[in-house]
Amino acid sequence: MNTIIFSILTLLVISGISSVILFFISRKFQVFEDQNIQEIESVLPAANCGGCGYPSCHGFALACVNAENLENLVCTVGGQPTMKKVAHILGKDSNIIHPTVAVIRCGGNCYLRPLINQYDGVGSCVIAHNLYGGETGCAWGCLGLGDCEVSCKFDALHINPETRLPEIDEEKCTSCNACVIACPKLIIELRNKGLKSRRIFVNCVNKDKDEEIQSSCNVACIGCGKCMEECAFDAISMANNLAYIDSNKCTLCRKCVAVCPTHAILEINFPTKRVKE
Amino acid sequence: MKTFKMGGIHPKEYKFSAGIQIQTASIPQQAIIPLGHYLGGPSLPVVQKGDKVKVGQMIGQASGFVSANVHASVSGVVNRIDVHLDASGYKVPSVFIDVHGDEWLETIDKSAEIKRECTLSSAEIIKRISDYGIVGLGGATFPTHVKLLPPPGKKATILIVNGVECEPYLTCDHQLMIEKGEEILVGVTILMKAIDVKRAIVGIENNKKDAISLMQKLAKTFVGIEILPLQVQYPQGGEKQLIDAAIGRQVPTGTLPIEVGAVVQNVATLFAVYEAVQKNKPLFERIVTITGKSLKNHGNFLARLGTPLANIVEQAGGVPEDTGKIVAGGPMMGRALSSLEVTVAKGTSGVLLIPALEAARKNMQNCIRCTKCVVACPMGLEPFLLMSQSERSMWTEMENERVMDCIECGCCSFACPSNRPLLDHIRYGKSIVGKIIRTRQAKK
Repeated sequence: MNTIIFSILTLLVISGISSVILFFISRKFQVFEDQNIQEIESVLPAANCGGCGYPSCHGFALACVNAENLENLVCTVGGQPTMKKVAHILGKDSNIIHPTVAVIRCGGNCYLRPLINQYDGVGSCVIAHNLYGGETGCAWGCLGLGDCEVSCKFDALHINPETRLPEIDEEKCTSCNACVIACPKLIIELRNKGLKSRRIFVNCVNKDKDEEIQSSCNVACIGCGKCMEECAFDAISMANNLAYIDSNKCTLCRKCVAVCPTHAILEINFPTKRVKE
Repeated sequence: MKTFKMGGIHPKEYKFSAGIQIQTASIPQQAIIPLGHYLGGPSLPVVQKGDKVKVGQMIGQASGFVSANVHASVSGVVNRIDVHLDASGYKVPSVFIDVHGDEWLETIDKSAEIKRECTLSSAEIIKRISDYGIVGLGGATFPTHVKLLPPPGKKATILIVNGVECEPYLTCDHQLMIEKGEEILVGVTILMKAIDVKRAIVGIENNKKDAISLMQKLAKTFVGIEILPLQVQYPQGGEKQLIDAAIGRQVPTGTLPIEVGAVVQNVATLFAVYEAVQKNKPLFERIVTITGKSLKNHGNFLARLGTPLANIVEQAGGVPEDTGKIVAGGPMMGRALSSLEVTVAKGTSGVLLIPALEAARKNMQNCIRCTKCVVACPMGLEPFLLMSQSERSMWTEMENERVMDCIECGCCSFACPSNRPLLDHIRYGKSIVGKIIRTRQAKK
């Protein structure tokens, strides 16, 4: 009996002393962390995708707290609603976000851009790109081996087995930039989502000259400049035999789509034109 | 018999075109001469559309120290300067020349007479080599004059000549040694004078017994040249492996062969040096081996730069029906071609036509940690580890594992019993680590 009482007493004394020591130590070494950080983290999507430019959602929350205003801080995944919440927590003005979405700028599927050789190496775009120009006559276009598909954390990007080109699910795409970085041919671009998610863009990145392209691909931009002449808003620029449409200036009038001789300018989500009766 | 100490493999040799005399390939209708180089900056064109050029005239000027001049290989009129497909499958700037006749520059000595005496000084020789666009003809096309001008404080003590030709199938260097042995040895003495060394070793693998005995006979009439038969082992033609085999010294990680006092040159390069110095002839033609298991007329062809490979293959009997892959260079280090429109460049040592049944890659299986790749690696690396690091983007770890030492010889992929694409992944990792190192150095 004595042994039991003795041990209980000893433990009580030890715990008492250590609790006093721990109390003082925790006071001495206390780290003050802004309560807001945790609160912001709870509103963020916790995807840790890196689309904002910070390594994790925690890093982004820290940057939000430290920033004077939220001008350059955008959580692409959460979008406007999330940033409003963040602004509310911090008591700062919320910024206006133009939602963006990834677009694939290559239309050369296996019918329009015939294969001239066969690649049987490792199924990775970066490795194939490191080795040679690709299976088609176009050394600029999509290799179709799916590095972008692997990089997408939101299940928004899939290679279509029929065309061997990636397709983006707009609903799921958060424009986190991962596929843009993954593509060695620099085909994928983040563009403004546009009104009613309607977009017009040049569906090609080929910088070769006219004669060389025509033998390799039927839907490539040949750099003829017709679209640039047609555009009334100065939205189209030409560089290295390739047209580029500035989505900030484009008014979605679709005149350039009609004049493109190779149908390299793509319109997305427009209603089909009514045939005049 | 000597060989290098670490790693190496011995693939089947298949030297079908050995002993077949060098034939002159026909001059094409239009020569497309690439201005880009595998290593170093591209040359800048110095001719314009419509210019008349003669054989041997300079058409591209070196864009920096590590770059080389390019000369016209045919006479005629410049059609245009445009991009053209090269062996990498990418388009590089090239000069298109429409051929009219075959008019050489007057300064070039076309006679077959062998001139042994060289009156030029060391600096003049190096200037001639750099002016005449001589690059390493073993395949890497590294400008020769760069190797001959060591960094300050370093001095070469020995010249090692690479007559190894360890790649299976290829025989261009072998045949050159048999037919132009004396010229090569004169080239050796010229380079010995240029870098001021008293001793030279010509390493030849023991599967070329005729070349060894011929060169040994010829070498007796020269001072300081030793012919060294070497045990057959791939990749003995690698610079660092050859130094190890010839003089038993290892080049430290991250340094050049000059660190151990050695300068290594290929026999074909030395023949080009001889022609440049003694015959005033710039580098505008080279020997290309055309071979393959089902090919009818294997051969070694003396081809002008810019000749479409299709022309030469046609002369060798055309592409056999069962061909599945066409490789520029040897089977180990060569590059698969996407088109035969590619033209002969300074580094094109051969064209290999592989039957479809052999060309296909076998299915990859899991790594069983047998360490055959580690045993095979001639640089003492751990390929299985580097591959998994490359797959996981562990660039810092790859750099620590000395990925930059990799010579991309392919021994690891060859040795792997699970058919794992080790080299593909390592090569990609090496390119990324190289970029990281270059940006780091640029920041400093």
